[in-house]
Amino acid sequence: MLVFTVLSVSVVLIVGIGLYYKSIPVLDHSSWWTLLTSSQWKPLKGLFGFFPFIMGTLWVTAIAIIIALPLCLLTSFYITEYAPNRVRKILVPFVNLLSGIPPVIFGVWGVLFIIPLIQNHIAPHFVEFSTGYSVLAGGIVLAVMIFPLIVSIVCEVLNTIPRELKDASLALGATKWETIRKVSLRKAKPGIIAATVLAISRAFGETIAVLMVCGNNSVVPHSVFDPGYPLPALIANNYGEMLSIPMYESALMFAALLLFIIILVFNIISRVILARLERKLAI
Amino acid sequence: MIRRKLEENFFRILMVLATIVVAGSFFLIVGTIVYKGVPFMNWDMVTKIPGGGFYIGKEGGVLNAIIGSLYVAGGATILGLFISIPVAIYINMYMGGKNLIANTLRIAFDVLFGIPSIVYGAFGFLIMVYFGIRASLLGGIVAVTLLVIPILVRTLDEVLRTVPRELRDASLALGATRWEMSKVILRQIRPGIFTAILLSFGRAIGDVASVLFTAGFSDNIPTSLHQPAATLPLAIFFQLGSPVEEVQGRAYASALILTIVVLLITVLSSLLAKRFSKNNIR
Amino acid sequence: MTNNPHISIQHLNVEIGNQQILKDISINIPNKKVISIIGPSGCGKTTLLKSFNRLLDDTADVKVTGKVLVDGENIYDPDVEVTHIRKKMGLLSQRPYPLPMSIYDNVAYGPRIHGTRKKTDLDEIVETQLKATGLWNEVKDRLHAPATRLSIGQQQRLCLARGLAVEPEIILGDESTSALDPVSTSIIEDLFIKLKEKYTIVLVTHILRQARRVSDYIIFVYMGKIIEFGPTEELLLNPKEELTKDYVKGFIS
Repeated sequence: MLVFTVLSVSVVLIVGIGLYYKSIPVLDHSSWWTLLTSSQWKPLKGLFGFFPFIMGTLWVTAIAIIIALPLCLLTSFYITEYAPNRVRKILVPFVNLLSGIPPVIFGVWGVLFIIPLIQNHIAPHFVEFSTGYSVLAGGIVLAVMIFPLIVSIVCEVLNTIPRELKDASLALGATKWETIRKVSLRKAKPGIIAATVLAISRAFGETIAVLMVCGNNSVVPHSVFDPGYPLPALIANNYGEMLSIPMYESALMFAALLLFIIILVFNIISRVILARLERKLAI
Repeated sequence: MIRRKLEENFFRILMVLATIVVAGSFFLIVGTIVYKGVPFMNWDMVTKIPGGGFYIGKEGGVLNAIIGSLYVAGGATILGLFISIPVAIYINMYMGGKNLIANTLRIAFDVLFGIPSIVYGAFGFLIMVYFGIRASLLGGIVAVTLLVIPILVRTLDEVLRTVPRELRDASLALGATRWEMSKVILRQIRPGIFTAILLSFGRAIGDVASVLFTAGFSDNIPTSLHQPAATLPLAIFFQLGSPVEEVQGRAYASALILTIVVLLITVLSSLLAKRFSKNNIR
Repeated sequence: MTNNPHISIQHLNVEIGNQQILKDISINIPNKKVISIIGPSGCGKTTLLKSFNRLLDDTADVKVTGKVLVDGENIYDPDVEVTHIRKKMGLLSQRPYPLPMSIYDNVAYGPRIHGTRKKTDLDEIVETQLKATGLWNEVKDRLHAPATRLSIGQQQRLCLARGLAVEPEIILGDESTSALDPVSTSIIEDLFIKLKEKYTIVLVTHILRQARRVSDYIIFVYMGKIIEFGPTEELLLNPKEELTKDYVKGFIS
């Protein structure tokens, strides 16, 4: 049993080491700096610049968080402070059911609903032409995918705020919203940050849903209506060719390693924040 | 004062709107899938494997993918259980469940839980290459098992933590060995184990990135571990990419099938979770 | 007892869930005095107190009938602005709950919400109230430190200063010294005695000694009903009702 446990945990290490090992060829070929900042992606010539893909990932994630965070905060406040019990009991299951939907279904929905929406109704106001396949689409789909994550953590954190603290603010003549803004938000800040960090790491790694709506064009996006090519999509799309072109496999493994490291770091940060919160409240 | 009241009401309306968007998106998504998928649903979809030219519009169904997904998810869950149950028991029973080492392990598994499936897919691929396994049912199972282990460990751990200390102590006091005590506890948390199984099965069946490199794809139902296996998510993906409208429609129908299966599993598991907490010793 | 009561309660009934917590309460709270509400646990004392500033509004499943008149105005009138009512009352709860901000901001919280913006005005308010509760000398050098760093006794005095900063007319105390050590307790008790020159003070307490020391009048509540109401010494030493006698016996030494 001990063996199993140690084995499982060391999977983290093994995965990291394995990916690194496989990335060595491409790392030997170009420096870390070139890999991360160059925009030239010509595998046949051995040029691997990851910059467009890193930017693609950042754009999509940023859009997702910008959309999701305010919506989820407002929703969490409503659920914990305003919603009558009956309404709450119906609402919460549906938010949670969202987390059970497989990513590929989100992708299909994105293609069926979001792409036409952007192409026909949103983009015409802003740009001349857009296929709808864009980082905006990726961001929207991602946002909906992380709704349940943020809402559940923030609600949990808000529920730990003692009733009497809010009463103290109300007793001074503050309105409910003022109390939320000045007291609850402040108290819940660490939890909200942890939830955001966790959501970001989830968004970074989401592959299939984003792939289906992003356009997969390896250029750096300059507006929300441009197509993008996030890192996970890169890996997923090209695995077929990676065996035939030298160093391609290594490059893709490097991409996986990048993802792995970033997500690892984000995950640890947010877990540490959450754990510290838990400890503080348990005393 | 009026300003404050207006502010309160303004944000109240904003909050309700936000909640409608968030909770309503579930209906929006399922609704779209149903709306687009139902017209293309027929018995053939569920009962036949693709005939020649399926992807350009000819006969057949996605039975290959349905069975393939069941095999992969089922295999991964079973294999995962073999590894996760001992781990969870070890953390809780042998290490006392609350000390520093146990908690570090828990954080490690939480981190593993957060790693995206594509990393597991890539890593699974590496393992396959190392062992000389081709893209096949076995490869898919290996990769998905990696994905599923953190989910199982985490769920089982939470369930085991609810077992009151006294129960453990009581059976130990009666002279049982730690292993015998563990068996007793396992029986008590049986519903919790089912919940864990359902949760990981649901995740496994819907995931794409982990099977993308590792399970391959085939129009047939695999008859051995070494044959490539089709999976529903991949089937949806490929069908969607076809230029033929008829095939795209089939993608929607396949998506509908997958959605129904996963939703059923999710609802079942949360019902079980509720039943579990009702029957447990508190 | 007086012809111009500050708070006048008429036929107040409070139901929470299916339970009737307060049954037909009618009483007049006299102006600028200290009144203690005593009674066994669970008899409704805190509910009664919370009905004064409508903090019951947020509890689930609560039904309130009857009138509570403050300065002649029924606070349960649907047209009434709740925050306005609550401003008139300062609440001190059982355990101190400093807001998650600095000492200065805690005291300034109320005035800021109600419109006071100028720094000089706020500075003055903070200093006045901290002095009134005897905290000024202890904290004047660290006004912007987080309030949670104070000791419990100091925190409770801070909460009192915070409550006074909104210029209430009435102070409500819900067993406000039960979490404090004896020294802090007596400081707060002294404060109550001093403050009654300006405010009407209603305290819930289960410490009879405290009630005797601090209050002018005592209300004895049992199972949601008011059993007896009278001046402190009279009620404690010469109770008229059987139930009151049973409760205070053993106290008289």
